[in-house]
Amino acid sequence: MFLINCPYCGERDQQEFKAGGEAHIERPKQPTELSDDEWAEYLFMRKNIKGVQFERWNHAHGCRKWFNMVRDTSNDEIKAIYKMGEKPPAQ
Amino acid sequence: MTKNLRVKSSEYIDETNRISFKFNGKTYHGFKGDTLASALLANDVHLVGRSFKYHRPRGIMTSGSEEPNAIVQVNPGTNRTEPNVRATEVEIYEGLEASSQNCWPSVEFDIGGINNFLSPFFPAGFYYKTFMWPASFWEKYEFFIRHSAGLGKSPTANDPDIYDHRNIHCDVLVVGAGISGILAAKNAAKNNFKTLLVDEKNELGGSTIYENNEFNKIDNKAPSEWLKKEIEELKNVKNLEIKTRTSVAAYHQYNYLLARENLTDHLETKDKTNKIRQRLLKIRAKKVILATGALERPLIFNNNDRPGIMLSSAVKKYSEFYGVACGNKNIFFTNNDSAYESAMSLYNKGINVEAIIDIRERSESKIVKKVKEAGIKVYWSHTIVDTTGYKRLNSVSIMKLSNDGTSVTGSKISISCDCLGVAGGWTPAVHLYTQSGSKLKFDEEKKAFLPNQNTSEQISVGSCGGDFKIDEIIKNLNQKLKDNLNIKETDLENINVEIDKENSKRNIWLLPSDKPLGKTKPFVDYQNDATAKDIKLALREGFRSIEHVKRYTTTGMGTDQGKLGNMHALGIIADTAGVKMGELGTTTFRPPYTPLTFGTIVGRNVGKFFDIFRRTPMNDWHVENKAEFENVGQWKRAWYYPINEETIHQAVQRESKAARESAGILDASTLGKIDIQGSDASEFLNRVYTNAWSKLAIGKCRYGLMLNEDGMVYDDGVTTRLGENHYIMTTTTGGAANVLGKLEDYLQTEWPELDVYLTSVTDHYATASLCGPNSKKILKKIIPDLDLSDENFPHMSFKESKIGNIQCRIMRISFTGEHSYEINVQASYGKDLWEKCIDAGKEFNITPYGTETMHLLRAEKGFIIVGQDTDGTMTPIDLQMDWIVSKKKYDFIGKRSLYRSDTMRRDRKQLVGLLTDDPNIVLEEGAQIVSELNQSPLEMLGHVTSSYFSPNLKKSIALAVVRGGKDMMGKKLFVPMENKNINVTVAKPVFYDEKNERLNA
Repeated sequence: MFLINCPYCGERDQQEFKAGGEAHIERPKQPTELSDDEWAEYLFMRKNIKGVQFERWNHAHGCRKWFNMVRDTSNDEIKAIYKMGEKPPAQ
Repeated sequence: MTKNLRVKSSEYIDETNRISFKFNGKTYHGFKGDTLASALLANDVHLVGRSFKYHRPRGIMTSGSEEPNAIVQVNPGTNRTEPNVRATEVEIYEGLEASSQNCWPSVEFDIGGINNFLSPFFPAGFYYKTFMWPASFWEKYEFFIRHSAGLGKSPTANDPDIYDHRNIHCDVLVVGAGISGILAAKNAAKNNFKTLLVDEKNELGGSTIYENNEFNKIDNKAPSEWLKKEIEELKNVKNLEIKTRTSVAAYHQYNYLLARENLTDHLETKDKTNKIRQRLLKIRAKKVILATGALERPLIFNNNDRPGIMLSSAVKKYSEFYGVACGNKNIFFTNNDSAYESAMSLYNKGINVEAIIDIRERSESKIVKKVKEAGIKVYWSHTIVDTTGYKRLNSVSIMKLSNDGTSVTGSKISISCDCLGVAGGWTPAVHLYTQSGSKLKFDEEKKAFLPNQNTSEQISVGSCGGDFKIDEIIKNLNQKLKDNLNIKETDLENINVEIDKENSKRNIWLLPSDKPLGKTKPFVDYQNDATAKDIKLALREGFRSIEHVKRYTTTGMGTDQGKLGNMHALGIIADTAGVKMGELGTTTFRPPYTPLTFGTIVGRNVGKFFDIFRRTPMNDWHVENKAEFENVGQWKRAWYYPINEETIHQAVQRESKAARESAGILDASTLGKIDIQGSDASEFLNRVYTNAWSKLAIGKCRYGLMLNEDGMVYDDGVTTRLGENHYIMTTTTGGAANVLGKLEDYLQTEWPELDVYLTSVTDHYATASLCGPNSKKILKKIIPDLDLSDENFPHMSFKESKIGNIQCRIMRISFTGEHSYEINVQASYGKDLWEKCIDAGKEFNITPYGTETMHLLRAEKGFIIVGQDTDGTMTPIDLQMDWIVSKKKYDFIGKRSLYRSDTMRRDRKQLVGLLTDDPNIVLEEGAQIVSELNQSPLEMLGHVTSSYFSPNLKKSIALAVVRGGKDMMGKKLFVPMENKNINVTVAKPVFYDEKNERLNA
């Protein structure tokens, strides 16, 4: 059970949060211009790394804000948390 | 005839407080302070259970939570009964009853014991190998296997006890109150850390509290005396909370630990009522100090499981702590000095010690010399090759060990005895440590897996950290506390420790016998009856991974999780496979460390508190009017309102007819409602719904369909424009929370530039849906001032009005196809609004209807229900709802996916209507649809999603999804059922009033 430092509320138990998959996958601005393969790439393809992964999280039972998290999936160490729109920290 | 083996008064046993209890129906006596195990041993009862597979008689082996054999059913036959309880942990109280498990008719005479003699036919993997073929026989095998499997009996009545959960936050959590835990907790608290010290036992002090080696001294005192003084001092330490009878079950990441605090199990039944039985502590600790100690290992030799064979440390604890002799003729079998301490403990109390059998060649420590001076015979370089005694040990046979330890030589000596204390060395209790995700490393010298890489703020101190002797413990504890707590000084600096050093070691994981391995029974896992030969068999059959060997042989898979024998299993595998133990690794230690009851896990969340439920403001009226309810998400919705013993079918037919012929009323308060405001609200709706919203006039309503990005229908509902920048969106009842979450996701992450604010107002409004040809007249009676003409208030429009003084929002929208109004008021006026409608509607026979009638009426109209007619694989095109998908809009959620090659296939499953050739047959929802009956296997084309008998059309109607259904209009298909095939015809998915004339009726 992680202890997550919500950038808006502070440290809270993982129970209050919902994971939202890989971060920094931007919705294409012009979907109609994309081929089936390109659209499928956006729609379906997600990384599943053993190691450092960039993720979206939502403080679902708190402030309802979305934010980003850098987590090492091999030991669940949370390396960084930053707001939506902010630049990811250099690795 | 029971003997009394109580040898001396112990300060931990209150001999003035005699307690009677029953074991297997027979009454025994013990004293306050006894465990069930110590009290039974005092009565010379060793045989307490039967093993799982071979039903071999088994006795008490240990004095703690690691006990594999003495697991009993407590209070059998009552609603407080609990199976698989370790007799070594049960504190006795007046009236306690317990019984043996896994034996029938009794532990003394157990029919299953025959398995022991058939054991050559039950090798490892026996069940896997035997019951595989033929596959169709599995059901028959299973019946018999299930009957003979399982330990103990679950209670059949409701648990009368109360359980609780509590969150605890502390700076330092110390797990285990032995000498290192006590010293760690004291120093942490004294340095202003808010400290919690927990121990699974009811007394503090661990094993040092009955330490008796006269050659060990702390500040010139016996360690036990010295520690008692330390414990006394804890009372005056601030910032320190101590919880006994509290067992840490799980150590999760980020220093989150779960512990069970036992509050009433040791009390008499009359004192248990109205108290919390067990409390689950959810602990968040900034730092964790593990002081969980070490578990003594047995030795693995032929027939090492007989009642009377115990751990040497347990023999010592029973004698020193409980004042109980475990036998009259005691023998010890050892590979280290600790058995000599146990022997001296017995000797000093006048209990007969026959001999010590030591696999080492010699030992020069003081305690060994003392044993020799006492005249106890020591057999050096000897091993036990066999034992005898079916229900109680009566002799051991010993032989000389060869130099390499793999065979025996010379002649066999038989020694008669009734108790054998076995000392195979100490295994650090690293279970919690590894649960936290931290990694172990094998220490060749100490023959133990020791903490190596920590993943959270934690340290392991004392013997669980690999320090077994008091001098090492105190010295290393001092340094670890300073480093980890970042403190300058402790009170451990100038403690003077004298210690009797042990210098001779010899470790043999599997001891040889004069018989070949195949003819012996050297048990490694006592509870699951896994022997060394099972492990070797697994290796011969090609298993290499320790995790696979574990599952194949079931070693370490009992309720004790192999706390005693796992190291031997690893050692035997390493020796046999010729690899180092460090390379082999360990199996995964999983929570809980000791079993938890379900009651503790669920706490207060039982009965009506099991899950949240939501009720509408009109709920009381529905109850008073005998409605039946159904669960929709968390909501309790009125399902139908039976009158005079009506069945659901009769009620729904009546309600449906009334709603179409005159007037009906539905409680629609559960529909999700989202208030949308902001200057970009229209643009936002354009992006989330498939149809266009920019041109919707203020005061108008529009139906919208929401897709997922993959093009599949996600939710639907009517949204009303209340003002230039203000909308109210309705969602399905079950989808409300998810829709809000999804919309917030897009707003915050994809379109942060949009000026839009979303607020859930589902609970703020109560909604009554008034429908039928007389609905207009009823509404007119309630709000006489409102102009209800079609010109002023047409279908799909909205009016703000007042019922008396109460503000209300009225939408003229319809889910039934009838002329209808949805009236919304502030939730607290919901019941009042409902009753006003019912009163005003009396002259028109207004009929309250529930969700079942709503479903029927909308099915007549072919309106879909998201989640019933769709399943996450249906596009709007599949639903024949092309009309709602805007061709003009550049983009909306899911648009691009509608043009993927897969979503454009013509043979996708599509929504159609089905009419049965016999109009009286109602199809079953979920029934499969085929076009050919003479196929094998039948090709499934789709299934029925909604099906009703329509009282208004006087025939059966159904909606279904059928592969390529759009092109099958008028085609004959079949619905094959168990006893018949039903002939159906594909039809349009609209059955009633196709031209929507009734909306304006």
